[in-house]
Amino acid sequence: MTDIAFFYAFAALTVLGAILTVTLRNAIHCAIALIASLAGIAGLYLLQKAEFLFVVQIMLYIGGVMVLFLFVIMLVNLDGAAKERQYHRHWIAAVASLIGTGAIFATFLHRGAGSLKLESPLPVVPGAGNVETLSMVLFREYLVPFEVASLLLLVAVVGGVIMAKKRID
Amino acid sequence: MPSPITTEHYLVLSAMLLLIGTVGVLLRRNVVVIMMSIELILNAVNLNLVAFSHHLQQVNGQVFAIFIIVVAVAEAAVGLGILIALFRNKETVLVDEIDLLKW
Repeated sequence: MTDIAFFYAFAALTVLGAILTVTLRNAIHCAIALIASLAGIAGLYLLQKAEFLFVVQIMLYIGGVMVLFLFVIMLVNLDGAAKERQYHRHWIAAVASLIGTGAIFATFLHRGAGSLKLESPLPVVPGAGNVETLSMVLFREYLVPFEVASLLLLVAVVGGVIMAKKRID
Repeated sequence: MPSPITTEHYLVLSAMLLLIGTVGVLLRRNVVVIMMSIELILNAVNLNLVAFSHHLQQVNGQVFAIFIIVVAVAEAAVGLGILIALFRNKETVLVDEIDLLKW
């Protein structure tokens, strides 16, 4: 019972935050709404017993990426942009994607939740915690991608600094 | 007793987030908001991966979600750097005023 309540609470937070993110005029308000949405997603991770991702979501997304966004909003003067027209003239593509996804939704809701033909979920295996299992898989099977990811982050750090520097000598 | 919240619930929620993010990318003129919409799209994908990871009781989906988060962070850092450089040169953050390569 609590499962249902928590799922719908987090889902409502996520979807409302997302809608406000794409509709609000002021970029800082958009960022705040996105923080709410990301927090809702973090709660959904916790509901699915992905504790490590829950912590990563809060620390990295809400604590890291969103602070970066707010810094950039501060550096870049957006007051003029907030007074301008907010939406593109090329709205046909967006309407087409809305209609397409809406059709998929309508079919899905019409046929009911059982129509996806997923196999029934496997029972939860009691045992080691989420972080332990995750680290075992991450550092054994996915060690090379892990190292490549660190290289990617290094390149991104250097690239970001060079791009944002005042003058390149 | 199985939970009343099934994997399908998460898939529908993920599709909704993806749709909202796509509409944001296609419709907004402000570059900062477009980048936030991209973050929404990436989070929708992560939610999907975690849902299937929970469904199949395999942790590989969560490992993929971690890699997606890493790529999203790198993308945000480089993208915001580009945005600052762009604002310094063009004094605008509206995408349809940045039309140097337009025919």
